[in-house]
This record gives sequence, C-alpha cells and structure tokens, in this order.
Amino acid sequence: MIESFAKSIRDAAARGRALRLRGGGTKDFYGNALRGDVLDTRGHAGIVTYEPTELVVTARCGTLLSDLEKTLDENHQCLPFEPPHFGTGATLGGCVAAGLSGPRRASAGALRDFVLGVKLIDGRGQPLSFGGQVMKNVAGYDVSRLVAGSLGTLGLIAEVSLKLVPKPQAETSLRLEAPQARALELMNRWAGQPLAITATAWHDGELSVRLSGSDAGVRAAVAKIGGAALDASFWNGIREQSAPFFSGTEPLWRLSVPSTSPPLELQGEPLIEWHGALRWLKSTDDAKKIRDMARRVKGHATLFRAADKTPGCFSPLEPVLERVHRQLKSAFDPAGIFNPGRMYPEL
Amino acid sequence: MGAALPVVRALRGFLPERAILHEEEDTRPYECDGLTAYRQLPMVVALPETEEQVRRILETCSSMKIPVVPRGAGTGLSGGALPPGDGVLLSMAKFMRVLRIDPLARLAVVQPGVRNAVVSELAAPFGLYYAPDPSSQIACTIGGNVAENSGGVHCLKYGLTLHNVLGVRGLTIDGEPLQLGGEAPDAPGYDLLALAVGSEVMLFVVTEVTLKLLPKPQCARVIMASFDDVEKAGAAVADVIAAGIVPAGLEMMDRPATRAVEQFVQAGYDLEAAAILLCESDGTPEEVEDEIARMKTVLQRGGATRMTVSRDEDERLRFWSGRKSAFPAVGRISPDYYCMDGTIPRKGLGEVLRFIAAMEKKYGLRCPNVFHAGDGNLHPLILFDANNADELHRTELFAAEVLEKCVEVGGTITGEHGVGVEKINQMCVQFRPAELELFHAVKRAFDPHGLLNPGKAVPTLARCAEYGRMRVHGGQLPHPELPRF
Repeated sequence: MIESFAKSIRDAAARGRALRLRGGGTKDFYGNALRGDVLDTRGHAGIVTYEPTELVVTARCGTLLSDLEKTLDENHQCLPFEPPHFGTGATLGGCVAAGLSGPRRASAGALRDFVLGVKLIDGRGQPLSFGGQVMKNVAGYDVSRLVAGSLGTLGLIAEVSLKLVPKPQAETSLRLEAPQARALELMNRWAGQPLAITATAWHDGELSVRLSGSDAGVRAAVAKIGGAALDASFWNGIREQSAPFFSGTEPLWRLSVPSTSPPLELQGEPLIEWHGALRWLKSTDDAKKIRDMARRVKGHATLFRAADKTPGCFSPLEPVLERVHRQLKSAFDPAGIFNPGRMYPEL
Repeated sequence: MGAALPVVRALRGFLPERAILHEEEDTRPYECDGLTAYRQLPMVVALPETEEQVRRILETCSSMKIPVVPRGAGTGLSGGALPPGDGVLLSMAKFMRVLRIDPLARLAVVQPGVRNAVVSELAAPFGLYYAPDPSSQIACTIGGNVAENSGGVHCLKYGLTLHNVLGVRGLTIDGEPLQLGGEAPDAPGYDLLALAVGSEVMLFVVTEVTLKLLPKPQCARVIMASFDDVEKAGAAVADVIAAGIVPAGLEMMDRPATRAVEQFVQAGYDLEAAAILLCESDGTPEEVEDEIARMKTVLQRGGATRMTVSRDEDERLRFWSGRKSAFPAVGRISPDYYCMDGTIPRKGLGEVLRFIAAMEKKYGLRCPNVFHAGDGNLHPLILFDANNADELHRTELFAAEVLEKCVEVGGTITGEHGVGVEKINQMCVQFRPAELELFHAVKRAFDPHGLLNPGKAVPTLARCAEYGRMRVHGGQLPHPELPRF
C-alpha cells in the first residue's frame, strides 16, 4: 500500500498535479477550498501494534477512529485529547492531519501532545520515519508533531504512534447557572486548583463541568463545585458539534484566546470551552472585525464552518513565519502537490 | 588573539566591555558544558543583557558569517553548548528575570536564563508549580530546558518540557523576531513550537518563554519497593500501568546505583535488593491513599520483597534525593562517569539490561543503572577514568553499542539529553539519509547559512558514511543504501 501511495505521489509530482489526501472526508468542510485528485487513504488501515502496558498504540492512517477507540476502550484506555470525529467515516490519518482536539484538551493536552511518531510519505514519494513509539525522544527535530495539524500539506501520514492514558475510574458532570464573565472567572479559578476537572463549557447562562478521575477525587470536586447533575452525553454533542448551538447557517468561528480574556464584544452567539481559551461564535459579523478582536486579546480566529470562505479560514501569518512555512513546505513537498491552498494560499 | 579582533571590534560598537570576553583566562570557563569530555575554547564570549543586544549580536555575526552557539547554565550532557573555536558563544546567563506570573491564567513568562527551580518557587504562593523537574533543576535554565526538551522524574503523568511550554519568543540568526505559540492555544499554521522545543538551538535563539503552571497536588507519597531481580522489577512496572494507574513518578535503580547513592545521601534505600522502584502517587489525601493501596497490591503480586511508604514530606523528599543525586553520587565512586540516555519500549528492559551486563564484561567497565521506568528512559552510567586513554576509548565504544541496542529494540538514542556532539554518530543509525536530509532542510528554513550551533544534532551524510565504514561488521554495512564517498 505504501508503495502504491508513493507511486501515485511520484506520478503527481512529475506531472505537477495537485493531490487531495483524503480519508473518510468527514473534515472536508475544514480549511480553504479543496483542490486536486483524491488520493484515498482508507485502504491502508488497521492497528500495527498495541500493547496496553506500553500506553502506546501504532495504527495505519486509514484506520477508522471509531474502531481504534473501541479497541482502546476494551482495554480501559483512551485517546486523552478526545478528538472530534465529525462523522462515522473519520480516520486516524485525517484526525492527526486536522490536529483538532476535543473538550478534554484544556486539562489533558492537545492532539500534538500525544503524537509520538509518524511514518510519512513526502512529496518525492519517499517513505520517512520520525519519532517512534517511546514517550521520551529528542533525536532529530520533532517532525511528527509538526505534521500534526498540517492539514496534509506536508505529506501523507501513513502511520501514527500515539500515547494513551487509562480511562478514568469515575466520571460525572454538573451544571450551574452563571453569566459569561462569572463563568470565565470560575473556570479559570477552578483550573488553578487541584480538582479533577476534565472539561468545561459555557453557553447561554449555563456553565457545564465534567469531572473525571478516581472516585475520591471526583467526589471531592463535586462537593467543591456544586450544581445539578448533567448527562454525560452533553460532551459528545459539544465535541461532535451535534448540540443545537452548532446548527444554523451562520458562519461558525473558532476563536482561540488566552483563557482569562473577558467576554469578547462581538456580534453573535458564543459558546465557550477549554476554561475560556476556546470561544465558538456564530456570527455574520465582518471577518476583519472578528480577527482584529482576536488579535487584540492575543488570540486568533479560524473560520471553522462557512459557505463563503473568502476571508481565508486561518489567521494570516507574520511575514517571518510565512517565509519559514513556505520553506518547510518546499522541503517536504517540492512540487507543491499536497492539498495546495487548504491551509494558506501560498502553501 | 588576532583572529578575534574584527568581531570584537564589531561587538564593541553596541556592547559594554564587560559583556565581551576574549582573553583566554575569561573564556576558559566556557570551554565545555556538562559533557566535559569535549572541550573547545570559544573565540569570543558575548554576555548580552537585553533582547536588542542579542538581536545586534546575531545580526553582526550573520553579516560576518561567524558561527554562534547559545548557552544557558552549561549543565547540558550532550555537548550541545560546546563553543565554536571560530565564533561567538552567546551566553544567555543574564536573562534572569521572571517577567510575569499570572495565577488566574496559570502561566509564567520568563527569560531564558531563569533557573528551572525558581519558577516553581515563585509559583508556590499561588498553589501552582512548573512540572518538568530535571535532576539539574537547581542549576539548569528554562532556555536550556526548551533547547533540549528536558524531562525529569514526573514525565509519565505531567509530560516533558514540550507539554508545558505554551509559547516562545525569539530571534532568527538574522535578528528577525518571531513568536511561536502563546497564551492562546493552537496557533495557526504549522506547529513550529513543536519544532523549536528540543531543537538544540539549531533553529533560532529563544529570548522569552511562556510556561504552563499546574495546580500543586495537595499531597504526594512514594512507595519504595525492593525486588530480588531487576527483570521482576521491570515486569512490576508494566503491571502498575496495566492496572490503569499512571503514577506521578516511577523510577528504578539497580543495586550498584543504590549503593553508590546511599554512601552519598543516606536516602534509606534497601541495599540488599537487586533493584528498587520508587512509585509516587499525588492528588488529594483520599486519592493518594487509594492509589498507594492499589499500587502496593500490584507490586506485592509482582514479587516485591519489601515495601516502605513515605510517612511524611521529609521522608518522601529523602527517597527522591537519592534518585536525584544519582549522578553526583556515582561521580564519587569513580574518577569519571559517562551518562547515557537511551529510551526503549518498557518491554525491552530485560533484554537491554542483559545486554548492558554483557557489555560490562566485554569492555571491563562497571555500569550502574538508573532508569525513568515509567517512560522507558534509561540512564546507564559507565564508570571510567578519563586519564586512562584506553578506558575512555572503551567507554565510548560501550556507550555506542548500548545506544544502538536501544534503536534495535524500537527505542531511541536520546530521551532527554539531546544529541549535541555526543550522539551525532548514532543519529546515522537511527535515521536514514532521506530523513537526515529533511532535518537539514528544516534547519535551513530558519538558518539558511547554517551559522547557529553548526555541526551539532544532525550529522552530514558524509559523516554517516564515514561512521558506517568504521562499524562494518562481518563485511555487512549497516546502511547499504548510503552513498559512499
């Protein structure tokens, strides 16, 4: 399979034809316009090695995320970053290429934090291996984490090794009433205390909190936080964007900001996650106004879902970083064939 | 001295005289870092105090095509801060200010010369701390930690430097400012912060670091468990993980290591045990009590011959003091020691330990082992006498064989100390030419003329070909696909 991918890539590079690396296509909506001939990665599937006592799994790109999570679940382990699927066909390769993390990100870490190694096919059709299956590894630059979230613009992620964690013993969710400013303060204060909080969300005057850990730890946190019981399925609705907030046709913005930023004065409806660091905004407000506001609080704004992506999905880069991006792109993909323009027009 | 003059003259244009060292008596203290086997007098040492001075130093060196090697506290163990004989050693030692501690946002903004332990000390009044705790934490600097992606004894649960750095600010070799990451998560574009952490200052010079602070667990206790067999201790580590427990710390020391340590710090270790494990639990008092009980059951079943649980904070710190002073302790029983840093999948532990024992016989050198067992990071310490040229040579061969064994069992040649100059040959074993070429291209994206820390971390293909010739075994080259020059 690797050889067949490599051949398609070499052919495309020789002819200068763009390739659209694609798994289940569940994240086709994400990023700028799609271009190129589809190179379907789903044929390269399956877990390569999984030994629960190593807390590491290695699997091929086409492995269904749901299959992988089921296997981990049977062994009482999980992907700590709780990735969104956005559809039943979501694959591991797409998950890593998109680099998106779910509700647990603020407490457990992001997807990139758990990537230990990748096998990558670069734009010359060369299979390359970076990182490995061990948790500590500083040999060479950390290319495996660089390709996490690169939207397939650097190479075809053929195989990934991820660090796992045991599933928590106990989990419970709570809901409290709080206006936005108060909720932001509470989320940040709690995050600075040794409480077993693994997710927070605020929307329309309601603050939701998930606690996970040992029985004793969860009990202690429930006593501290208070509020009413909340069904755990709430978090799935947030992660998969199936909750009512995410319906509708307005553009959906994803503002990434310092968690202590005050309520942002922007037109539209917000939903807050990650102790205040992630602010979803359904808004028809001007893109420039939204990006300026994000920049003012030292954050950035991504046009996450929208019919019209003219403003560009991702916040523009500073000139020095833009140059580094272009040079990295040409080092990995000299012919510029992988998902061109999906992240930035020049990549 | 003549060679130093043009750059010294240029630096004098914007640096005070005290910030430029070029007489041998002044530059001598900078000739090596923690890896003292490699020494080189720098042509010039520059000690800037402001970011603007760093910018001008870089601009000057870049325009004169003079190599620059940044340095923190010089505690690194792989020769990453080995000075350039024909260039400027850029000491960041004066960047010692903690710029901001924000307890609500749980972060600290510090200059790169701030010592690791200082961050936790200053965060303590807010009930917060900075998690990575390399053994050298009282001396090593945050800038050095970022360069090497330093770990420590609590990585399994709390991660490495890369998991605890939110952002860095820095300057390219041409003096251009850049900001990677920051207080907002998931910066747009490629994850250049991931490239920067652990890059051994090959890409740009870090001038400011934003660190994540974590709430300090209410309490912590550690179990010291004895085993009559090293491999049983290794199996018990896997059992703990299999039981769904992620201990705050999980360390192993073999008997030669505990004996060396005990003479030095009286940590109260069981000297009869073939190996001891230190298993730490942290959290609320209830959580800790529960987890300690579960770990004891698992360790008991795994064949622990004796277990002691720390009764109070003093005892807990005493148990750790032995582990944290393992290197200096070994330094007292041998004129010199050579610290290795391979990481392996835990299941390969028995095989690698047997291999090390065989190497002790083969090379006639002793080798106590300390091991971050939780994350598979081994620190075998080869004892030798540097005044004996043959012992030094045997030590290098011994170390090379062990590191290559780590690669063979699916691990890596360096877990947290970096490649530097020390393990540059072993990079040829771990990576293929196409991968090394890509690393060089990554460097060029930031440092097109290769002036920053040249010759470190990533070997040239010519060097690998040369190394391959040296280690031909039975007529079989390790990488037949390598071009031979």
